[in-house]
Amino acid sequence: MTETVVDFPQNFKEALNDAQLRRNLRAAMDTMGQRRRNLFADLDALERLRARGDAIRWRALRQLPDLLEQLEKKCTENGIQVHWAETPAEANQICLGIIQRHHASRVIKGKSMVSEEMHLNHFLDEQGIEALETDLGEYIIQLDHETPSHIIVPAIHKNRDQIARLFHEKIPNAPYTEVVEELNAIARKVLREKFFAGEVGVSGVNFAVAETGTLCLVENEGNGRMCTTAPPVHIAVMGLEKVVERLEDVPPLLRLLTGSATGQLITTYFNMITSPRKPGEKDGPQEVHLVLLDNGRTKIWADLELRQTLKCIRCGACMNHCPVYTRLGGHAYGYVYPGPIGSMLTPQLEGLDHAGAMATASTFCGACEEVCPVKIPITTVLRRLRTESYRKADAPDAVKGHGYKRTLAESLTWQGWALSNATPWLNALNAKVLGLAGPHLSKLPQVGLLKHWGQTRALPPFARKSLHALAKEKGIADE
Amino acid sequence: MSNARANILARLRAVAPQEPAATPEPDFYPAAKLGHADRIAQLKRLMEHMHAEVIVTDPQNWIATLKDVLRARQLNGLLYGPAGPLGAALEANWDGELPPLVGYTEAVEQCKERLFALDAGITSTRGAVADVGALILWPDANEPRLLSLVPAVHIAVLEATHIHDSLADAIARERWAEGMPTNALLISGPSKTADIELVLTFGVHGPKELIVLVVD
Repeated sequence: MTETVVDFPQNFKEALNDAQLRRNLRAAMDTMGQRRRNLFADLDALERLRARGDAIRWRALRQLPDLLEQLEKKCTENGIQVHWAETPAEANQICLGIIQRHHASRVIKGKSMVSEEMHLNHFLDEQGIEALETDLGEYIIQLDHETPSHIIVPAIHKNRDQIARLFHEKIPNAPYTEVVEELNAIARKVLREKFFAGEVGVSGVNFAVAETGTLCLVENEGNGRMCTTAPPVHIAVMGLEKVVERLEDVPPLLRLLTGSATGQLITTYFNMITSPRKPGEKDGPQEVHLVLLDNGRTKIWADLELRQTLKCIRCGACMNHCPVYTRLGGHAYGYVYPGPIGSMLTPQLEGLDHAGAMATASTFCGACEEVCPVKIPITTVLRRLRTESYRKADAPDAVKGHGYKRTLAESLTWQGWALSNATPWLNALNAKVLGLAGPHLSKLPQVGLLKHWGQTRALPPFARKSLHALAKEKGIADE
Repeated sequence: MSNARANILARLRAVAPQEPAATPEPDFYPAAKLGHADRIAQLKRLMEHMHAEVIVTDPQNWIATLKDVLRARQLNGLLYGPAGPLGAALEANWDGELPPLVGYTEAVEQCKERLFALDAGITSTRGAVADVGALILWPDANEPRLLSLVPAVHIAVLEATHIHDSLADAIARERWAEGMPTNALLISGPSKTADIELVLTFGVHGPKELIVLVVD
């Protein structure tokens, strides 16, 4: 999928008109929201837990360079090889290098949003290497050459009929069935052979513990354990913000993650990996590699307000509760991370000039902030990004691609407005002119921007007299 | 060789601390302190909710219970670790009517096909956590990692005194941070997915059945 040209208004229109998509999505989002509410029924306890999660993530970010070095040191002592990548292209090359060194052509993958961010599958495919997604949802969308529409339940935009047709068409000898258990069994059979034959396993990382050099993975299906245990080589890719300081930081974050994501007390598996196979051990990969990806995160980190973005633990609760996401689904956003987290993160990673429109896909209702397990001030960050969209081209320390919405006419208008408000005689003159023109302004010919704006709104008439003038008439001397 | 490491760290180091040092942190993790019997009951309730079968037994009868579990199923063999904590007891009490015991004694490269063909595996456990209902496993050379993952039926033997109130409690009491194993696991049930229409189905890639024998 190319991400350079994203026509948001068109995408939004198409998504809103897709009745099937909206039915599939709405039911699922309501269910996930309800499951979360059921699990966190004690709101007082939830608030205290969120405060703890927030503090743990902020403490980790505050020490980010130190913790990354500590993580590297501990991992290396444990036998895990650590690689650093500034860009997705570098991270892909690192993965390719490892795969080629082992003369491998069959890669099995556990779910990883960072690998989506890298477009790793596409890259490996071009190199003639099969990279097979093994999470059921990811497997379904990979069969249909799609990208995830949700970061936790990637195939949630599809219903069972659509999946039944897909399996029947794409998997050799698969019978047509709409029974979910049978669809599941078909995938199990296909993927078991892949687990058996996989030469390199790729996974993401939910938390990396600097204190012990431990990589933590959260999953229900067992495919993550398969990918990190059965092949002789395991490559874990992670955004460099995923590090936490201490092992004791993990239990509260784990509770927040599984509860917020799917309303589960805990997932089926919590998999903590600290080293490759040791002498005498009979299984597990001989080599474990950790790839730390920056891709703009250090720039986000440098700004204290935007740094809040990096607290995210990728639970997806903000998406499940977003009135925009629940009507559009993930694909309309056009980038890997959709919903409120995507609207915050993507413009910062890709640049406002490419993805700035995502920051406008919010009503600022604040539902995402209320459910965020680590209390990210999402609307504050989005508002900041909207402001950045108009910042001067040479502004220092600005967000990548800032000022893409800045136009001469608009700048002049606001400069004039500022001047008028700072200059009493000019302000008085303007008030008088607008007052005289007032009743006629709403009859202006509606063309261009005015037409667009006026389609769903009535143009307000200007009052004949300004508030200033009215106050004066009433004898209010010092307004 | 790329300069990514140096560049990334240089960018991070270039930013001076812009805020006061550590602020006091709320130390909150919701877990009740339970008595012995309540811990077992809680674990059983939560794990059964996740479709695990939890049977409370005792040191004299756990092998007999295990045999009942095995007889109730058509299994082609039971994978186990001969040098693990259960090995000697299993070997001493086995009989010909039961599915044959198959030892996981070679490196996976030598026995992968056999491993993937077996129906059931049995492991000991390091403990469990009551507040979320999950077993703790630290697989090792004697009871390798795939033993609890590849066979369709996983039988786990848990000593009731090793049940902790919470994961946080287990980590603190047993001082995990001083030495983590190659792989540590929490397991709360048979493998599951809800990726199709959020319909919960069990037995996707890992075991389809998890049977826990709690030895009290």
